[in-house]
Amino acid sequence: MADLQTFRCETRDWLEENCPPSMRFPITNSDDSCWGGRNWIFKSEEQKQWMERMAARGWTAPDWPAEYGGGGLNKAETKILKEEMARINARSPLDSFGIWMIGPALLKFGSEELKQQHLPPIIRGEIRWCQGYSEPGAGSDLAGLQAKGEDKGDHFIANGQKVWTSYADKCDWMFCLLRTDFEAKKQMGISLVLFDMATPGVTPKPIKLISGNSPFCETFLDDVRVEKNQVVGDLNKGWTIAKYLLTHEREMIGGFGLTDAGSETLGQIAAKTVGVEEGRMNNPLLRADVLKWEIDGAAFALTAERVTDEVKSGHGVGATSAMLKYYGTELNKRRYELMMKIEGSDAMVWDGANSNGGWTPRTWLRTKGNSIEGGTSEVQLNIIAKNILGLG
Amino acid sequence: MAMVINEEQQMLKESAQGFLAEFAPIGEVRKQRDAGSETGYADNLWSQMADMGWAAILVPEAYGGLEFGHVGMGQIVEQSGRTLTASPLFSTAILGVTAINQAGSEEQKAELLAAIAGGELTTALAVDEKIHHAPTEISLTASAKGQGYVLNGSKCFVADGSTADKLIVAARTSGDAGDINGISLFLVDRTVAGVEVERTQMVDCRNYANINFNNLEVPQSALLGDEGRGFQALSATLDVGNAYLAAELLGIAQQTFDTTLQYLKERKQFGVLIGSFQALQHRAAHWWSEVELCKSVVLKALQALEKGDDNSPLLVSIAKAKLCEVAELATNEAIQMHGGIGMTDEYDIGFYIKRARPAAMLFGDYSYHGDRFALLSGY
Repeated sequence: MADLQTFRCETRDWLEENCPPSMRFPITNSDDSCWGGRNWIFKSEEQKQWMERMAARGWTAPDWPAEYGGGGLNKAETKILKEEMARINARSPLDSFGIWMIGPALLKFGSEELKQQHLPPIIRGEIRWCQGYSEPGAGSDLAGLQAKGEDKGDHFIANGQKVWTSYADKCDWMFCLLRTDFEAKKQMGISLVLFDMATPGVTPKPIKLISGNSPFCETFLDDVRVEKNQVVGDLNKGWTIAKYLLTHEREMIGGFGLTDAGSETLGQIAAKTVGVEEGRMNNPLLRADVLKWEIDGAAFALTAERVTDEVKSGHGVGATSAMLKYYGTELNKRRYELMMKIEGSDAMVWDGANSNGGWTPRTWLRTKGNSIEGGTSEVQLNIIAKNILGLG
Repeated sequence: MAMVINEEQQMLKESAQGFLAEFAPIGEVRKQRDAGSETGYADNLWSQMADMGWAAILVPEAYGGLEFGHVGMGQIVEQSGRTLTASPLFSTAILGVTAINQAGSEEQKAELLAAIAGGELTTALAVDEKIHHAPTEISLTASAKGQGYVLNGSKCFVADGSTADKLIVAARTSGDAGDINGISLFLVDRTVAGVEVERTQMVDCRNYANINFNNLEVPQSALLGDEGRGFQALSATLDVGNAYLAAELLGIAQQTFDTTLQYLKERKQFGVLIGSFQALQHRAAHWWSEVELCKSVVLKALQALEKGDDNSPLLVSIAKAKLCEVAELATNEAIQMHGGIGMTDEYDIGFYIKRARPAAMLFGDYSYHGDRFALLSGY
């Protein structure tokens, strides 16, 4: 425990010295996030400094092994780092599907060669990854995917169409599910492969969403060469890894239900906007909805904390990622429905200086996708019913 | 504090499960009701619980107690929610101990806490005067007379009020209904002249009372704490009480869920198990998710009280409000998913819904605690 206290003090001092002032505000605009990659243009010198300083310590991936450039921290130290960052409202130095998704999969299933090749550039923010999972005919029924990889001896030739590929037009590499055995039962013939987005035949095409933004693409694969050594884990055993990755994705998306440390709470925003008299918000019906949301929000945050603590202490099965994904995304949708009501006619402004470029309505519309992406709420409820409750 | 229970608390939970399964299973509720029991529990139950040490769990070591803390006691109360076990545990070992420990003089603590820890004294907390919880709206008066006071007024919905040895009465020594200042706590024997106790028959078959105080003269020594400054201790006692009511409701929400899930795996219609229907699977999965959230808020509230955190009132109101909501969902879904059999008196599910509502109503339901949560949050 004395060691942890020392670690906390050192971490606090280091952050105090190295986290630039402008990086100590909660993110209120999607442009504020730092995604890294070959094509990344830093929004400020301080954003660059912050990412590079954290990456140099491996703290962009604090719990990854130091031999690949990670922070090498244990669970307790990782938690302390998070707490100390939250204490000064330090924002994430690097948002990355490499760190959240393919990295953990490589650590668990990847060959030594793949780990050496891919993990260090992820940690340094040099390579930005996207996920090639869904297809036009394979959404909730993901295992029905049709994009295929034909064996050509030392390589595969990939053909097909992926959809809902996050930021495919801005990414450098893709981790992708391909059907590599056409005879096997649907889950059995799938492999997880990696390829460079600059490979000839890869064509991303942005999809415009109801929010007006285009965070997703369709990605067309036409005779794309994929090297054999870029298969993660065993050939035709990719479904196991895909499911593992979906668990990570669920946890990540479920986290959307949490209010960022240092951000104003929904109650505070509502009180400020609607006004308070004699201790109570002026609009009693809105107040009732807001307080109900805040209670559920607090309960959800405490549950995320409890689940983590239960896993750490090694007892209790804990709530699964499916529950966190289901509840967190439904909560986030409710939050933005309330934000729209709180901000009134200002929230109807699609574009303009006063509305921060229509941030509220665009975010509100974007949250509608939270309970669809990464497995719909209905799929999560199916998972809970079958895997946890044993209902067949 | 990590959000997990430690080994000792786990052991206490398991020992409570064993005890309740043997001496106070769900069948006991029916038995007591059918026998028209005055108390709602078997005559020897409290002495058995006291022998287990449960009466002494919250009593400080200095007064002969175990000082084991709220998280541990919460495990017992949660389990007693699963079995719907009525006993003096809540009114005496939780509310009585907390009020006396918060407000009492050294002399009162030494005498009364030791008696409670030994299972020799039971108490009841008399707060509300109207149909909705309002702890500042105290109108029952205590006027100074000679060396003591005269009490006049009435209380309602007093849990264990028709059986407890001593009543802890919130009275007004100055100010008007609604004022925080001017509230004083008194310890009054239930059976003396001037105290008129009327037992009320409630849906959960436990004992509650409406109590009239008619020119009841009490000595100075009946005052618990400083005159006019009783609200702080009262409020702290209510917070503790509400955290345990939330723990009990958690037990109810879990037990009704477990029972219903089992039923979904047994009952066949249209030639298949009804648990194979997605319409029911999704509702069961949602219900299970809500119960997971409930476990977290109850544990957090108990931990905060145990540590004496400043934000305990907020966390208690979160827990009580959330559990009122989910216990309502749980007991309603339990009946609906059981179908016709859930409506029969012969089946136990009915006892759960009939306990869940008074437990939610006592010391403030969802509206009260939702409002209080918002006020504490600045809106």
